[in-house]
Amino acid sequence: MSLQEPTPDLDPGENPDGTLDYDELAGLLGEHVIDREQHENATAFVVRPDEVETVLATLKREAGFDHCSCVTAQQYQDRYESIYHLKKYKDPTQELSVVVPTPSDAPLSQSATGVYDTANWHEREAYDLVGIEYDDHPDLRRILLPETWQGHPLGLDYNQKKPQIVPLREHANPVEERTQVPGDSDTMFVNIGPHHPATHGVLHLKTVLDGEQVVDVDPDIGYLHRCEEQMCQQSTYRHQIMPYPDRWDYISAGILNEWAYARTAEEMADIEVPEYAQVLRTMSAEMCRIAAHLLAVGTFALDIYGDFTAIFMYAVTDREKVQNLLEDLTGQRLMFNYLRLGGTAWDLPEPRDEYFEKVRDFCEYIPERLEEYHNLLSSNELFQMRVMDTGILPPEEAKSYGCTGPVARASGIDYDLRRDDPYGYYDELDWNVITDDGCDNFSRALVRLEEMRESARIIEQCVDVLEDWPEDEREIQANVPRTLKPEPDTEIYRAVEAAKGELGIYIRSDGTDKPARFKIRSPAFCNLQSLEVMAEGEYVPDMVAALGSLDIVLGEVDR
Amino acid sequence: MSKEQQLHDTLEQAQSNGQSTQADRMGSGADERFNSKLRQAFGSTPFILTKFDQFMNWVRGNSMFMLLFGIACCSIEMMHTYATKHDLDRFGAGVPRASPRQADVIIVPGTIVSKFGPRMKRVYDQMPEPKFVVSMGSCTISGGPFQEGYNVIKGVEEIIPVDIHVPGCPPRPEALVYGVLKLQEQIRHGESAPVTVKPYELEQFGDLDRDELVDELASEIDEEDLVMRYNWAESP
Ligand code: SF4
Repeated sequence: MSLQEPTPDLDPGENPDGTLDYDELAGLLGEHVIDREQHENATAFVVRPDEVETVLATLKREAGFDHCSCVTAQQYQDRYESIYHLKKYKDPTQELSVVVPTPSDAPLSQSATGVYDTANWHEREAYDLVGIEYDDHPDLRRILLPETWQGHPLGLDYNQKKPQIVPLREHANPVEERTQVPGDSDTMFVNIGPHHPATHGVLHLKTVLDGEQVVDVDPDIGYLHRCEEQMCQQSTYRHQIMPYPDRWDYISAGILNEWAYARTAEEMADIEVPEYAQVLRTMSAEMCRIAAHLLAVGTFALDIYGDFTAIFMYAVTDREKVQNLLEDLTGQRLMFNYLRLGGTAWDLPEPRDEYFEKVRDFCEYIPERLEEYHNLLSSNELFQMRVMDTGILPPEEAKSYGCTGPVARASGIDYDLRRDDPYGYYDELDWNVITDDGCDNFSRALVRLEEMRESARIIEQCVDVLEDWPEDEREIQANVPRTLKPEPDTEIYRAVEAAKGELGIYIRSDGTDKPARFKIRSPAFCNLQSLEVMAEGEYVPDMVAALGSLDIVLGEVDR
Repeated sequence: MSKEQQLHDTLEQAQSNGQSTQADRMGSGADERFNSKLRQAFGSTPFILTKFDQFMNWVRGNSMFMLLFGIACCSIEMMHTYATKHDLDRFGAGVPRASPRQADVIIVPGTIVSKFGPRMKRVYDQMPEPKFVVSMGSCTISGGPFQEGYNVIKGVEEIIPVDIHVPGCPPRPEALVYGVLKLQEQIRHGESAPVTVKPYELEQFGDLDRDELVDELASEIDEEDLVMRYNWAESP
């Protein structure tokens, strides 16, 4: 036996220190790389539109890029462009973008669905909003807008004020004649939603049933498509964009979302955030995570037990507690608008000691309450019977669908951007990433419950740090110019760990004080795609449980 | 012995004593003067003078079944209003119903977009009369923060009539409770929203300008079809 350290498994193109050697990667792809671009977060390879699949397949198989985080589509004056933002689950700081330009008159590009399942919806969205078509895409239809919509609203030549007319025929009662799937007399077609208590908002599930078993489920989204990307593209960086992230994942997760924008824009404009503000951000963000997970657990119980029962009420009661803390801090219960580029809006409320005491009490209270939740949920036999071994999501599938957050962690994927791609104050603190390899509905609920414990730990440590912070060094805001105008053609894609998973933002600047393209990578959007894997072959109530365990929020799915 | 039984026995006893129920109920210490002529004339029959519809309005206002209807961010605050702490049930309005056929009041908590508009109309149409609408949040008043969105309907009143608007983004639960109380007051007084909403379903393109889009669609759409207009900017 040699005493030598075993050389760690390195993917091609990976340096021992965890960075990427882009030249080696380019060598791997050979002729396929026709050009290179430099984005703020990674190098981008430009490839031909008819070689997308080959390139991505090589990168996934040989270079270990198993996470297609996002697909951004945009239109330039002279071309269309799709960007595939690739990462690795084992180390998300190893990033690579693949840029696929297509001509303005015939925007046709090869689809990546064959390589990454998650590309399916991303490309449908690109087609819907920007107008790029994807060859060999299994199902290229509109995803967010009504089928009859004319034009592609994020394209350059679209007139956003132009009236649209949609015939109500499209919206006629869908159940009237279509209870039978054509050509298959044994199955039944059932619409669940868009107004249905189990869909957590306005989601529409087109379900095909065989008896009571789900044969096929097709989530139909877009009932809450509020044009968030358009809104952000017509707002200024400095102040106007920040209120919108609050409204993506609106389950009190506001500060987590704001952070996604803050992180991206700060990195783009080279703003250094004072450490004190980072601690404040970390603390408030974790409070948001607790609030969001509480609601997730409460509504999950609602789905399983079917009425406004104790667990839901307990969860809401506890949410009120954390909302009070957040209200003291930010002045708002739900739409906090607390972060600013370069810092936070204000410091802790006075008297500080009183506030610290309240926060500490809350942090001590959470583990006690978790005991109660565990008694009511995870150690309840009825609950176990309902959710164990249902809604299975194997890790390989989860990766291919781009699942992140508690959904991925409950499938045994050890992936958390707070640790793997550190930001804020997280790497100074002592906490754990919760994973579980049950892969079922039960694990997902369990992971959320345990994550609350970790969040409470983080908050407690933040309070310790804040208490000892010297009074004259409490700097909450960096110097930021009044109008931010990043260099033209800076492109960046950055993500943070939001309540539902990896929330990423892509921004391209054009030299003005507003982004030229603002793309949101929503974790719930990607997680929801995996519903078909979980639900197929299950009974209807188990599908509802699977949907509940995914913890989607439609504001973020549809944006 | 149950309460009714007790009461029944007392009554029977009183009758067999030859004493009237009235005298019995007044007991000994009561002042004669509290007993009006009218009351004497009618004996002890509890008698309320009212119009039937007034009575019905009163009842309606005090027992409202809400529709369990969540759309966007405002629905989170709506859930908080139903749940502990704010407890809308204290005001006789806290039983959410999942089916529109059992509900009297619909709280519209969030942004309405083009795809959802017709579905909401369908839900509203399914509710039995009389029905009332509380619109919650700026989005339902004007489109709120998303007013300029290409896909956003500029207020719920484009589609259904509204009784009470609760402004805010989102309104606090207290504000929603206040809105519901105001609605109850309105109902008790027999008022409800004047239906001034323009019909959103137009036959044969109704009064739409025959621009190129309409012309293009006209070739595809059956003349009898109902269409929905998406340019609220010009709506009156
Ligand atoms: S009013 Fe504000 S909080 Fe309410 S749905 Fe609209 S954006 Fe969300």
